[in-house]
Amino acid sequence: MAEFPPPVRRISSEQAPNVVDPATRQEIPEPIARALAPSYGPERLRIDEVSIHYAGSARPAVNRVTLPVRQGEVLALIGPSGCGKTTLLRSLNRLVELTPGATRDGRILLDGDDIDQLEITRLRRRVSMIFQQPNPFPMSIFDNVAYAIREQAMRRPGKAVLQPRVEKALRRAGLWDEVADDLGRPALRLSGGQQQRLCIARALAVEPDVLLMDEPCSALDPISTGVVEELIHELRQNLAIVIVTHNLAQARRVGDHVAFMYLGDLVEYAPTEELFTNPRADRTRDYVQGAFG
Amino acid sequence: MSVPVGPGGRRSRRDRLLGELRLWRPLDLIGVGAAWLVGILLVLVAASLLIYMGYRGLQYVNLDLLFSRPQPGSDQSQTGGILDPIVGTLMIIVIATAIALPLAVGAALWIVEYGKPRWLARVVESGIEVIAGAPSIAIAIFGLAIFQLPMFSWASFSAADGGGVFGRSFIAAGTVMSLIAVPSIFATTREALQSVPRHVREASYGLGKTRWATIRRVLLPTVRPDIATGTALGMGRIAGDTAIIVLLLGATLQLQAGTDIPGIGTLQGTGSTLTSYVYNNSPTGEGNAPEKAYAAAFVLMLLIIALNVLVAFIGRRRAGNDLPR
Ligand SMILES: Nc1ncnc2c1ncn2[C@@H]1O[C@H](COP(=O)(O)OP(=O)(O)OP(=O)(O)O)[C@@H](O)[C@H]1O
Ligand SMILES: [Mg+2]
Repeated sequence: MAEFPPPVRRISSEQAPNVVDPATRQEIPEPIARALAPSYGPERLRIDEVSIHYAGSARPAVNRVTLPVRQGEVLALIGPSGCGKTTLLRSLNRLVELTPGATRDGRILLDGDDIDQLEITRLRRRVSMIFQQPNPFPMSIFDNVAYAIREQAMRRPGKAVLQPRVEKALRRAGLWDEVADDLGRPALRLSGGQQQRLCIARALAVEPDVLLMDEPCSALDPISTGVVEELIHELRQNLAIVIVTHNLAQARRVGDHVAFMYLGDLVEYAPTEELFTNPRADRTRDYVQGAFG
Repeated sequence: MSVPVGPGGRRSRRDRLLGELRLWRPLDLIGVGAAWLVGILLVLVAASLLIYMGYRGLQYVNLDLLFSRPQPGSDQSQTGGILDPIVGTLMIIVIATAIALPLAVGAALWIVEYGKPRWLARVVESGIEVIAGAPSIAIAIFGLAIFQLPMFSWASFSAADGGGVFGRSFIAAGTVMSLIAVPSIFATTREALQSVPRHVREASYGLGKTRWATIRRVLLPTVRPDIATGTALGMGRIAGDTAIIVLLLGATLQLQAGTDIPGIGTLQGTGSTLTSYVYNNSPTGEGNAPEKAYAAAFVLMLLIIALNVLVAFIGRRRAGNDLPR
């Protein structure tokens, strides 16, 4: 294990308020932090020393990772296959609990509240997720979005109530113009890129605070990818986004901060341009220069 | 790249095939030859069955036969039609499917989506496997023993002197017959659920949906074509079973109400299906009305072929409406 370099973490120039510097474990004085962070909104999600173990494996899939996620910013998670990106992402809305034998240590705070204290259905509506494979449900376009909106245990709202909210979600996902003429069409007849944008609409329909995206473009063609990236760019104004990607160029295009993980460790976390042009850790440099992974 | 050609220009298909076969090892040649032979033989058997049944059936089937009730009689000209067996077959299919469908789908959902406690899930699975493998005559005799218990006296009629419970009725036969359909519905549903990718479920959970909402609104619609396929297959097996009918429906010539209650009385009463009708009227049976037997067998085969076509149709429709896998 000695060969792994200790994580290089540093206070970024845009550190958010009330952030503990993981290297020194000291809180950054708030006035300074605020002065340093003019462009980002408040911290929405805080990942604090999070470790995740799967039953039957000696090594944790995620090892004591600490990261902030702020409103108005896109955090890109990169790293070689199997380094724990998906696992970390799935822990943020507690989907990882669906895997038998998976355990988590450490705390995750959503707007300062421990997510373990939140009701799970409520949490998952505030922290919404997009998957690698477009996965619309086998129902109409309208119903896909409406299904997301309908609250548990509430009386089913009628079509008239749902219609404007469905339209708003489809517009935000940039899909409205393409599907407005026939919302009753089966969602599975859409193209792959349209399906993924429908999934984004579905995830946005619950009006989340945080959007998690696990390689959202890996099954899409370059044009659809461009559309989705454009969308990410616009969406980050209003919510915090965490995106996992294998595509370094994409991380560079859409990310405001980038976190590089390796075998479960967070190796480096920095503003995007800094991480790509001037990485501190050797592993990061090797990876971003395409030496491995 | 150029391919050597014969003097006549392009090589014929036959020459190419022979040339290809020359490259094969002798043992492989024998194997392939045997496979062809067996295949052709099976096709011949199936074709002659269909042709023979079609020939015999069409000879004797007519509207009058289909819509008149069977009558007792020693000569074929007096024994009437096959209306009661047709109605009986349809009734048994409806009753048995109505019981089997929720049972099998529920079991499959529970095993795939919950699966806890593990041991109980295993027990249920192997139980269904045992039912699938059991000969239907064994299921029938077991079912008869059950329905002759005094606690099931409401399901059939009892001897007037307060004696034994008869244990034979549409309720009894339909209930026991549902066991015949459970394995195929269960298996297709379970397999379909298992092939729904994990991320589809997680997409629903990720929207804050409960497991039940996910099952009802996402999983069931996804596997509905498979449930339909399994159900149609199960219906075919129900329609074709004889043992349970003979033992549990009584195989009487006509529908005979068990009690005077309208409708329900019929369910409590006895009757026959196409299978038991064929059995009783076949050349060796007591009825000895072979023409009627052929006609009934032909109708039964048409019914089962129709169910199979339905299966194929559902399968084709499914291909266009599938989740990403
Ligand atoms: N359900 C599971 N059970 C056991 N181990 C798992 C499970 N899921 C993932 N792992 C292990 O956890 C580690 C991290 O997996 P994870 O899927 O988070 O990696 P990743 O960074 O998303 O990889 P990729 O880039 O290939 O998607 C891997 O070593 C993997 O084998
Ligand atoms: Mg992954």
